[in-house]
Amino acid sequence: MTYTAAEMMTVAAARALRDGDICFVGIGLPSAACNLARLTHAPRIHLIYESGTLGTRPDVLPLSIGDGELCETALTTVAVPEVFRYWLQGGRITVGFLGGAQVDRFGNLNSTVIGDYTKPKVRLPGSGGATEIATGCGEIFIVMRHGARSFVKQLDFLTTLGHGRTGRERRELGIRTKGPVLLVSDLCIMRPDPETSEMVVTSLHPGITCRRVCENTGWDARFAQTVAETEPPAAAELEVLRDLHARTARAHGTAVASE
Amino acid sequence: MRISHSGAIFAQLRQIMEFLNLHDAVARHVKDGDQVALEGFTHLIPFAAGHEIIRQGRRNLTLIRMTPDLIYDQMIGMGTARKLMFSWGGNPGVGSLHRLRDAVERGWPGPLEIVEHSHAAMAHAYEAGAAGMPCAFFRGYRGSDLPRVNGDIRFVACPFTGESLACVPAFRPDVAIVHAQKADREGNVLIEGIVGVQKEAALAARRAVVTVEEVVDGFGPRSSNAVILPAWALSAVVVAPHGARPSYAHGYYARDNAFYIAWDEIARERQTFLAWMRDHVLR
Repeated sequence: MTYTAAEMMTVAAARALRDGDICFVGIGLPSAACNLARLTHAPRIHLIYESGTLGTRPDVLPLSIGDGELCETALTTVAVPEVFRYWLQGGRITVGFLGGAQVDRFGNLNSTVIGDYTKPKVRLPGSGGATEIATGCGEIFIVMRHGARSFVKQLDFLTTLGHGRTGRERRELGIRTKGPVLLVSDLCIMRPDPETSEMVVTSLHPGITCRRVCENTGWDARFAQTVAETEPPAAAELEVLRDLHARTARAHGTAVASE
Repeated sequence: MRISHSGAIFAQLRQIMEFLNLHDAVARHVKDGDQVALEGFTHLIPFAAGHEIIRQGRRNLTLIRMTPDLIYDQMIGMGTARKLMFSWGGNPGVGSLHRLRDAVERGWPGPLEIVEHSHAAMAHAYEAGAAGMPCAFFRGYRGSDLPRVNGDIRFVACPFTGESLACVPAFRPDVAIVHAQKADREGNVLIEGIVGVQKEAALAARRAVVTVEEVVDGFGPRSSNAVILPAWALSAVVVAPHGARPSYAHGYYARDNAFYIAWDEIARERQTFLAWMRDHVLR
């Protein structure tokens, strides 16, 4: 079965979720990956969106973080301060999904500005929940499309802490959660080096070369001693994902999203 | 020294809730230069009230909102705001808020000062305001550059453990406006579905205005834990059917996702934006 690079990325991210995980979900790729996991190997995953919906089981992917679908299919809906205080800060969420406009070699993220903060070239949306999700969840998965402009040597702004500018900041700041343990792109999977916390390539998606990853990474990409090949999406995974996107497109009256 | 928070709250309690029409509610409660919070987390965004503020030509407002959304994109583009306090300024699931970007990147239609937070900080700041506290503290902003660009983000040591905690000033807006499903004849308000920070914003503000889909004789069977704002905590209740469109009102109408997508094109250029506002809001 043929598949797109975006489908490979979503499937690889979904597989990393475990049945029983309690997952803080963002809109877009994370939402697709989390619901794919729920509809395949992880039926007992608990999805929490920052709009306050706990244990939601949407039939279609929401366009916004607060679509009615999320509330109608949730176990319960709580106020936004409660989400951030009791559930996130209280340490009850095992994994958070994040992305951004820029990521660096230590998994730090920029979703604030391109250019200088006071004279931005591009004003991006900002933190949203990310800044505290990054330190409050047990661990973090990052999902982002690969590209030299997004995988950068130096962030224009550090919105959201990964392993810090030197890879040691989490420990220095007394943060006990793990931070980014996984970065899934449309080309490869990266995981932090146990010594330095630098994100290194541990698996290449089928047909992707080391050279292609290097060309699309703004820092000197490092590779694990043994680099695996990512298992391609199975027919069953693709079927569920495409059904989900088709239902979503019908519901929102838009073209089928590519992820 | 600032007026104590408890004093301000007692003053508010002496207010008598009035049923007003939308024009009069905005005319009476939203003044030039006010700090204004129009809340509603994706759900129940008070668009009708925002449009009335635009029509009445308010200026120099400080707009507070976690997710500025299309309503603040419109208010900023129409020149009502001098300052924006926010935590996520995008069009959800679609992309940029072009009017917000134009104001920040190019100063159109005028310069816009921004005070930028995270969601957790904003939620805590509203809660602290509702609780009559001067500030909120929480485990936040660790390792982020945001404290470098926002002087309102400070750190304090926990007096018991020494742990460094983020601290932000409470929000005490001059006026908060939220939308809800229904009010009863006495002006008590019922909010259902994604309740966001509406309760916190209404109780944090000096004056709270609620627009509702309808007024009913009674709320009928409901959970004992339903979110209800008592009339005596409010300044005004306004009947504004469809007052949250193109956002939604759970149980009344769905989010107009197609309009959120269409807004990207409408707001991208100044002229198409102004034409749309003229035809749909100012008329």
